[in-house]
Amino acid sequence: MRADLLAKRQLSQRTAFGLLIIATAIVVVLVLGIILQIVLNGGGAISWEFLTQAPSQAGKAGGIFPAIVGTFYLMMGTLIFALPVGVMTGVYLTEYARDNWLTRAINMAIVNLAGVPSIVYGLFGLGVFVLAFHFGMSLLSASLTLACQALAMTITTSREAILAVPREYREGSLAVGATKWQTVRHIVLPQALPGIITGAILAMSRAAGETAPILVVGAAFLLPKLPQSPLDQFMALPYHLYTVAAHVPSMPMGTMWGVALVLLAVVLSFNVLATIIRLRVRQRRYSS
Amino acid sequence: MKVNPILLNNKAISQNSEKLSTEGVNLYYGNFQALRNITLDIPDRAITAVIGPSGCGKSSFLRLFNRMNDLITGARVEGRVELDGMNIYDKSIDVVALRKMVGMVFQKPNPFPMSVFDNVAFGPRRHGKNNRGELEDIVERSLRQAALWDEVKDKLEKSALALSGGQQQRLCIARVLAVEPEVILMDEPCSALDPVATLKIEDLMRSLSENYTTIIVTHNMQQAARVSDMAAFLMMEEDRAGALVEYGPTSELFTNPKDRRTEDYITGRFG
Repeated sequence: MRADLLAKRQLSQRTAFGLLIIATAIVVVLVLGIILQIVLNGGGAISWEFLTQAPSQAGKAGGIFPAIVGTFYLMMGTLIFALPVGVMTGVYLTEYARDNWLTRAINMAIVNLAGVPSIVYGLFGLGVFVLAFHFGMSLLSASLTLACQALAMTITTSREAILAVPREYREGSLAVGATKWQTVRHIVLPQALPGIITGAILAMSRAAGETAPILVVGAAFLLPKLPQSPLDQFMALPYHLYTVAAHVPSMPMGTMWGVALVLLAVVLSFNVLATIIRLRVRQRRYSS
Repeated sequence: MKVNPILLNNKAISQNSEKLSTEGVNLYYGNFQALRNITLDIPDRAITAVIGPSGCGKSSFLRLFNRMNDLITGARVEGRVELDGMNIYDKSIDVVALRKMVGMVFQKPNPFPMSVFDNVAFGPRRHGKNNRGELEDIVERSLRQAALWDEVKDKLEKSALALSGGQQQRLCIARVLAVEPEVILMDEPCSALDPVATLKIEDLMRSLSENYTTIIVTHNMQQAARVSDMAAFLMMEEDRAGALVEYGPTSELFTNPKDRRTEDYITGRFG
């Protein structure tokens, strides 16, 4: 090969490599920057009192305990509603539904469900759960609303996890006279479980960060007591952060960053939990 | 094609002991015809080998007998496929019960990602056996039948995926035996195995043929000659549909083929 051609090829190779590294570096710096800023600014606000006390003076003093608990309840509520429906839909679409125009239309609808702006889910929840079902502004309405939003993700991840189960396992099960449902129940679902759980937890942690939908279906700005039943109103971290940042004059910056830090910690710890569960299940399965 | 009463290369088989038969079977996948007008009788408690070049429909033919083709959208069967004189494509047939009677071993060993014990107990459990003692008996009996017991008796609770390829395939055979089938279908069961493991499976097949009707699809001509009592040679026609060229006792088909195409194939002139 001619020397100049070789040099040209090496140059383009180096340029491409360099660009890829720069792009990656930008992402890393950005993520570290965000985390660092939140930790540095918010770290000072974190105290035992901040984590365990109810807020006072419109959030300027006291703690954020009710918001932490409210967010935790919301995540659980979302999981309870979104996981079973998501998994069952995923099973139906992959194992039972025939490949026809209706199934394709449903699949398309699910993909589009993920793209619906979250405030639209909020209005939907207001109309359906709060007003039509008379659940009122409540934890229940908010959980159902967030579950609707999380469905797109739980269905999609369930479907992918189920599709990833090798056909050989299904055939092996059917070939000894297991029914289709037995095959799903004893072979497909256990195999798909890590993927399903991961998807559900990620959907849950995303729900934990939502502000817009819960704004209209039950989140309260200041509510020193904890919700006593699913029909009570509640506080939540992202909504609390939004109100103290946007509507409370002379709000101490440190406290705001503190709320952000706690929210970030909650979301990240659930993501870590998802990873641990997935690795655990995988390890148990493949260890001999 | 009817088989005359004849001493086959391994045992005597009389004419009226056919276990399975097909009559004028056409198999379609959508518009594509995969099998054309296949008629043959498969003798009871013997090994029937199905040979032929790649893509001739051997596996499709095998999967007729446990209706595994049903899983493919657009698959359609014409003609009769009989088990003990009963048309298994009749509307009244329970496919699940059929598959319990007609077990299948696949090309690639496919043990489930669970313990050796649970793999063998899988079928019986699905059929309602949950008594631990009874299951233990079934597992031991099936593993002994599959000539695997001595190798795995101390690791029944270990993952089946830790076994060697040959052991995995024998485990899959044990898994089928555990539901007490009458017919065992084998789809190139040794193609993923080394020669030593292959010989073990072949020995196993011979011993199982005392009690079970076996149909084996194989690419390996020597294997067909070694293990089978009967052999069917399938070939693609011009539109790629598989058709039966010749069927008879293995010894005859391999030493004195009646059809020129069979001779060309078994002597390695194509395929």
